[in-house]
Amino acid sequence: MITKEEVKHIAGLARIGVTEKELEKLAKDMSAVLDWIEELKEVDVAGIPPTAHITGMENRLREDRQCEFENKQGIIEMFPEKKDNYDKVKSVL
Amino acid sequence: MIKELHEKLANKEISAVELAEQYFASIEEKDKEIFAYLTLTKELALKQASLVDAKIARGEKIGMLEGIPGGIKDLILVEGVRATGGSKILDNYIAPYDATVIERLKDAGAVILGKTNCDEFAMGSSTENSAYGPTKNPLDLERVPGGTSGGSSAAMAADMAAWTLGTDTGGSTRQPAAFCGVVGLKPTYGRVSRYGVMPAASSLEQVGVITKTVEDAAIVLSVIAGEDKMDSTTAKSPTKDYTRYLTGEVKGLRIGIIKEYLDGLNGDVKKSIQQVIKKYEELGAEIKEIALPYAKYSLPAYYIINFSEISSNLAKYDGIKYGMRATDHKDSILDFEPENRNLIETYLDSRRFGLGAEVKRRIILGTYALSSGYYEAYYLRAQKVRTLIKKDFEKVFEEVDFILTPTTPAPAFKIGEKTNNPLEMYLEDIFTVTANVVGVPAISVPGPEVEVDGKMLPQGFQLMGKWFDEENLLRAGYAYEISK
Repeated sequence: MITKEEVKHIAGLARIGVTEKELEKLAKDMSAVLDWIEELKEVDVAGIPPTAHITGMENRLREDRQCEFENKQGIIEMFPEKKDNYDKVKSVL
Repeated sequence: MIKELHEKLANKEISAVELAEQYFASIEEKDKEIFAYLTLTKELALKQASLVDAKIARGEKIGMLEGIPGGIKDLILVEGVRATGGSKILDNYIAPYDATVIERLKDAGAVILGKTNCDEFAMGSSTENSAYGPTKNPLDLERVPGGTSGGSSAAMAADMAAWTLGTDTGGSTRQPAAFCGVVGLKPTYGRVSRYGVMPAASSLEQVGVITKTVEDAAIVLSVIAGEDKMDSTTAKSPTKDYTRYLTGEVKGLRIGIIKEYLDGLNGDVKKSIQQVIKKYEELGAEIKEIALPYAKYSLPAYYIINFSEISSNLAKYDGIKYGMRATDHKDSILDFEPENRNLIETYLDSRRFGLGAEVKRRIILGTYALSSGYYEAYYLRAQKVRTLIKKDFEKVFEEVDFILTPTTPAPAFKIGEKTNNPLEMYLEDIFTVTANVVGVPAISVPGPEVEVDGKMLPQGFQLMGKWFDEENLLRAGYAYEISK
């Protein structure tokens, strides 16, 4: 069972704003999912290495070379707010 | 189907522009009801088509996919075209570049009709999680088309495209294909580039193909597959023409079936799958009972990996560089130090209002699973279980060439039937996720239909093949398809 306080803390870490009402539903839904996932605890994984990449591929190397991205303006156009060609955000400091 | 259209184009029975216009007319007529498309790219399509027509007029030979119109799941970027990924946070996002698969399709002369609806950022099993509204199953408008590539499968079922692309993180091309009575292919992990595809769970997903026939899936795969320097997880494998392997022969191929899977099915679905097994036997394949003792842990392991990778991948939707930037923090209850509030509120509000309920739920679950003190119990354990499941498969593939299962436990469910209970929706993926957990290629092919509430609905069967053995997988699917 996950508490509302825990969910609030995790939502903060995930940078997702939540309301009091949403917290309740999230805590309920998350508890149900986490209970179900408990099933994995019955597997004996002692000495078993984790698999992160399934085909076992290793270190794909390529030349470290700077490339031009042609459509820079296309990226700039996507800034939520802009001044000249700069992305305008709230003051950081 | 693609081959026939190709011949019509090559023989000048129809022009590429006319063909594209026909599909747009079909979309115009049906899509108000079905809602398979989020964005249409008529200008681009007609421009592409007229280039093909000019080539034909000059007497030049055209490629198999040249001038053939298709739909692209909205998670895949097409330069200059809106790409929402089914999310409000990217409502006004215009893709600044082409995904590698799009570049390859364009080079092959394929015509792009538009972008298809999907569950927000590939999270769901019904396309009901699209921020723009659900797509309906063309075969029964009260039912879902499956998900997350439900727009693509619905477009195929309603003849609103000649081929489509989907993506498959845990079954998202195969399950919607099964629900709509069409073919869905998930290639081996690393077979197709993911560059320019909005990520959900990077270690699980592949771009997939949804088409009318297995042959069409082979045609599209031949174009999009192959190594890409922009995606370091793509395998070093030469591109090939997969249609060459469609011999119609399965004699001597060994197909594994899992007794517990079949025993758990309801009567009519079981009957449908048994008919498929019988057909393969008649065609000369050898049927063998196999066991995958760890496969039952695939679903919980899959979801832990899925949540965790999602929480990390979706951190980029923060209202800073692109997409929605919200500034309304009414009723938001999280506490942060006043000196940090300014910028953090941009993140909190943009993610709160830009992302949908299921996406937020998964990000928060994933953040929890990766957070201090829980990482070993959840993510790391899931990755270890993944090793055990992979070993199961390695062993089984010494005895058989394929594993046959139903694609879904039952045909398409009704809209709204599972939306209130996330867990029930997750269980929908029981037969499909394993292929993603172990990375093998898998295909869903329409089997005998099943009667539900007095109506015949499609039921798909799934074949999972060996790593990088799409050739035999397509061959086996094709043999069944043409035997009908």
